[in-house]
Amino acid sequence: MPQPAHANASAVIDRLRTWKPESVSQVIEYRGETTVVVPHKLLLATAEQCKQDPELNFNQLSDATCVDRFPNEPRFELNYQLLSIPRLARIRLRTSVSGQQPVIDSLEPLWPGANWLEREIFDLFGIRFEGHTDLRRILLPDEFEGAPLRRDFPVEGKR
Amino acid sequence: MTTVETAVGTSKTMVLNMGPQHPSTHGVLRVLLELDGENVVTAVPDLGYLHTGIEKSCEDKTYSQAITLTDRMDYLNPLGNNLVYCLAVEKLLGLEVPKRAQYFRVMMVELQRVSSHLVWLGTHALDMGAMSVMLYCFREREEILKIFERFAGQRMMTSYIRIGGLALEPPAGWRELVKRFLDMMPARIDEYEELLTKNRIWHGRLKGVGYLPAETLIAMSTTGPGLRAAGVAFDNRKAFPYSSYEEFDFNVPTRTESDCFARYLVRVQEMRESLKIVRQAMGKITDQGPIKSEAPGIVPPQREKMKTEMEALIYHFKIFTEGFSPPPGEVYVPVESPRGELGCFIASDGSPKPLRVHFRGPSFVNLQALPLMVKGQLIADTVASIGTIDIVLGEVDR
Repeated sequence: MPQPAHANASAVIDRLRTWKPESVSQVIEYRGETTVVVPHKLLLATAEQCKQDPELNFNQLSDATCVDRFPNEPRFELNYQLLSIPRLARIRLRTSVSGQQPVIDSLEPLWPGANWLEREIFDLFGIRFEGHTDLRRILLPDEFEGAPLRRDFPVEGKR
Repeated sequence: MTTVETAVGTSKTMVLNMGPQHPSTHGVLRVLLELDGENVVTAVPDLGYLHTGIEKSCEDKTYSQAITLTDRMDYLNPLGNNLVYCLAVEKLLGLEVPKRAQYFRVMMVELQRVSSHLVWLGTHALDMGAMSVMLYCFREREEILKIFERFAGQRMMTSYIRIGGLALEPPAGWRELVKRFLDMMPARIDEYEELLTKNRIWHGRLKGVGYLPAETLIAMSTTGPGLRAAGVAFDNRKAFPYSSYEEFDFNVPTRTESDCFARYLVRVQEMRESLKIVRQAMGKITDQGPIKSEAPGIVPPQREKMKTEMEALIYHFKIFTEGFSPPPGEVYVPVESPRGELGCFIASDGSPKPLRVHFRGPSFVNLQALPLMVKGQLIADTVASIGTIDIVLGEVDR
């Protein structure tokens, strides 16, 4: 299977390391995809660098989603799929969020398209996004209690 | 759900509740419109009326069982949903699919793209007041669904693409069946174009309506025909080829006007390109060859083997009772659905059930741009804008 998507990922990581060495805490290569693990506090700054640096130029946020590693702690992993349309490149940023304090910076100031993607995570996982302009439930009714995509929420629902 | 007061506040303007049971919202989309006379001041989409928790259900099924759920998301593109899910699982497993099966997959999803665009064109024309186009489009769509029925035994919820290949060997005489459709279709597309492309009412309703510049669309994460109509030739089939798309010769139609009319032209042109791809795929498909990978323990064994070989019987039993366990890790696979980038993210923890399955539905993400598109326009233009975003609520709400 051809994988041009992440072929030039090492250049991206070098670029990020030159900018701020502590922004890349780990690099995971799996099946030709590159995941850059970013410290919780540096997510917004690193994402901004990925967008603004003309050599990186990740101008679109394709997707954002969450994985719940319950009962491990920090239990949540946020995955952001960045896409550079001019360079035809993709990369994934990942950061961890603790279960006790599920709060993280919103990426909406960088990509307005993050609005609904983050609302979906807020709705289904109960993670709050600092700096989000319109953090409301999106798929579930407002009076719904709980975050159904968490692993400790039963599949058949609570009765 | 969003109340009128929280959404738009209390001002001198009027609030109109459009949907969720409105014919032009194509399902159960609700839009709250704040109006100043006939003009839209703000539009607030309200979703979730069709939320079925498909992503949660996937976590409780084995990898092969979840395929039937994917059919039910974007119900105009079930084969594309099957494809993206299977590609993601195959990537997790590191499984190679035989070329013959890959070409069949391409052929099927391109036919699906034509059928999806036909539904879009028909219903959109109906929204704009042109009823006959709808009847023509559904006539041709029926021919495609008949092809699917012959291949998969199902018209819509096909589940035809499976992990490692296809569900069934194609039916006898499939070439004539597809060829008859390919010979008929170009003239039919000409027919739709004759009815619409130079129609003055059609121009009046669509030209200059729902304009957004390319930079805004990119920032709003829009993909698909909506982005290509703004002059950005981004198509996952070309940019990140999957399922052997790099071997096919086709164009990515673009326009620069970025209005509803440009989106219409792009989609019509895409139908013609899809027919080209289907024709090429037919030429590449050999009459003999495997349609499934040789992967014991993952792909169910052939029936004859199961009756004669003990190992095959054991594998069959294990696949359908406990499933198989991909190694731990995460993958994200994007494909080009008729509506834009359809992505599938799977996280595996090494157990037979996925830890997390997430679908990046293009309808959901593209719909975000609606409030920007309709700002300052007329109510009737809102209907045109919703139409040309081409949403399927099954995918928006999942």
